[in-house]
Amino acid sequence: MNEFLEYSGYLFLLSGAFFTFTAALGVLRFPDFFTRLHPAGVNDSLGLPLILIGLMLHLAAGLVTLKIVLLILFALITSATACHALAKAALHSGMKPLGKIDPEAEEHASSKSR
Amino acid sequence: MFLFVVCVVLLSSLLVLVRALKGPTVFDRMLATNMFGTMTVVLMALLSIVMDDGMYIDVALVYAFINFITTIAFLKFFTQRSFSCE
Repeated sequence: MNEFLEYSGYLFLLSGAFFTFTAALGVLRFPDFFTRLHPAGVNDSLGLPLILIGLMLHLAAGLVTLKIVLLILFALITSATACHALAKAALHSGMKPLGKIDPEAEEHASSKSR
Repeated sequence: MFLFVVCVVLLSSLLVLVRALKGPTVFDRMLATNMFGTMTVVLMALLSIVMDDGMYIDVALVYAFINFITTIAFLKFFTQRSFSCE
């Protein structure tokens, strides 16, 4: 049982490291601000929780485990809020996403915001 | 294994810092700074295991709080040019 926990913890740690690295690469390489929001969300909602779960499996249950669970929950809530606020602020300041925009959809959005 | 994960997270935060330095708009910089803060939280948690000291988890929690509040406050400042609640 103990060995099982240890090795599954290593698995979680490795996958979390993979997601963290790919998210950083995505933020560096993606062409546009709105596309860069996607790897940022991946880092906050997959990279951090997977690494922290991997750490949790290596620890004896106790107060530190509870704090790590709190950290994961807080990160899941705040990353969604921060990404939403960033996207909304960028749109509000007049940035346009890359690519073609469907004219009907744009008209619908502008009439909705009015 | 823990040190390998620490190295990967450090390398990733370096890549994110490059984006924060050359990001064309202020929102790119805010996004990169937010991500750098998240990676620092992960590093603090890893540090608490490597150094076998539970206190670093508290540091990570407080850092996550401050990171979130900083992002929201800076966004408010850059969109409205003031911190007031009008």
